[in-house]
Amino acid sequence: MNVLRVGEDALLVEVASGEEAQALHAELLRRRAEGSLRAREIVPAARTVLLDGLADRARALSELSAAEVPPAPPRAGDVVELPVRYDGPDLGEVAAHWGVPEPEVARIHAGTEFRVAFCGFAPGFGYLTGLPARYHVPRRDTPRTAVPAGSVALAGPYTGVYPRSSPGGWRLIGTTDAVLWDHTRVPAALLSPGTRVRFVDRGRS
Amino acid sequence: MTDRALAVVRAGALTTVQDTGRPGHAHLGVPRSGALDAPAAALVNRLVGNPPGAAVLETTLDGCALRPRSAVTVAVGGAPCPVAVDGRPAPWGAPVHVPAGALLEVGTAVSGVRGYVAVSGGIAVEPVLGSRSTDLLSGLGPPPLRNGAVLPLGRPGVPHARVDVAPQPAPPAELVLRVTLGPRDDWCAPEAVRTFTSRAYRVSPASNRIGLRTDGPALTRARTGELPSEGMVLGAVQVPPDGRPVVFLADHPTTGGYPVIGVVRAADLPAAAQARPGTPVRFVAVRHR
Repeated sequence: MNVLRVGEDALLVEVASGEEAQALHAELLRRRAEGSLRAREIVPAARTVLLDGLADRARALSELSAAEVPPAPPRAGDVVELPVRYDGPDLGEVAAHWGVPEPEVARIHAGTEFRVAFCGFAPGFGYLTGLPARYHVPRRDTPRTAVPAGSVALAGPYTGVYPRSSPGGWRLIGTTDAVLWDHTRVPAALLSPGTRVRFVDRGRS
Repeated sequence: MTDRALAVVRAGALTTVQDTGRPGHAHLGVPRSGALDAPAAALVNRLVGNPPGAAVLETTLDGCALRPRSAVTVAVGGAPCPVAVDGRPAPWGAPVHVPAGALLEVGTAVSGVRGYVAVSGGIAVEPVLGSRSTDLLSGLGPPPLRNGAVLPLGRPGVPHARVDVAPQPAPPAELVLRVTLGPRDDWCAPEAVRTFTSRAYRVSPASNRIGLRTDGPALTRARTGELPSEGMVLGAVQVPPDGRPVVFLADHPTTGGYPVIGVVRAADLPAAAQARPGTPVRFVAVRHR
């Protein structure tokens, strides 16, 4: 674990893998809940967790440098199920990358349990991990100027769902009607770091 | 609608509602947002007797024109500009009484970029995650003002540490930004770090609420390949592939994949909000505290 100082009151904690980042994130949330860590933001990402707005950075730095991070706790809590129509315009390309027939993409994707590794890009956009490495696909060479809201997409090790229409370079394999972000709802984000997710195949409409 | 409202007669180039923003939601991909020149926003609130976190209007270069439906006290600050009520000049940086139905004109900034208009009672649009700020990156909060829009106003409270006049810093002729290096300065070549902290840059016209973009010598990478996405802080200086540093302002993305060579001190960011395109920028390295 490598702890880097960022600006005046933040630390970036770097670990070796996405799994370690998720475990560290869970541990830091636990410490904040019990009151031993005071931070305004705890932001997990691919290989790091950012602690921003630290009340006492020097103390956090010394505690983290000596910290043992237990493995992520057992995946407690409900699984969020997202109904999907596997009808995305890039389904054929993804099938070709994977070397399987198109219906097999839906079967593999809907048969995987995902976990939200981190969020970013847009409110409610989660970077979901869970697909084995042989199913990772590169981004499109040319991003689309508008990806429709609800698009289920793949890029690198991640699956994501666009909460609203935006430009994007991920490969689109399907569509969901689930509302990923609603600021009038509590919580506003359907997916937050650590949430377990399953996609449920609703056919190709 | 009650008469506690404000009609937008001329929205200006970009006028948004801003308060102290919505920190605490970065893990959901929600930018902090909030007034770019936070001290100026807090000051105009004090001038009209609002608490410092009340929502104000943030204008961009060419001001705006407003018609309150009831008598209000307003104050205009931030970038210096002419102020008029029904065509008569009114003071800038001081409380101004605007009768019901009168036209308040906030003119083009004579220097600086962002003006702040506080109205007694505050702009009372519906908060989103505890803030009324417009967030241009993610679209949270009210949309930028349009001509003909009507904004609700809150009830004026008990005057709150009210001041009548107050000094405000002049917009910068040269922007000096103190930076602590890291966390990814090692992704830049050693001579690039020296270039960054010794050569002159200029504010690029492509700057906005998301980032202060700069023109100047390109910074070369020491490492190729992609940096996995990581959390970003306010004031982070990202080095995109073109090598021109970008300083992250209030609407910055919460995670990003370009290396951060350094982070600008928070105290220096209000001046960055007022630096016009072409303003010289110097990044000065300071030690971590």
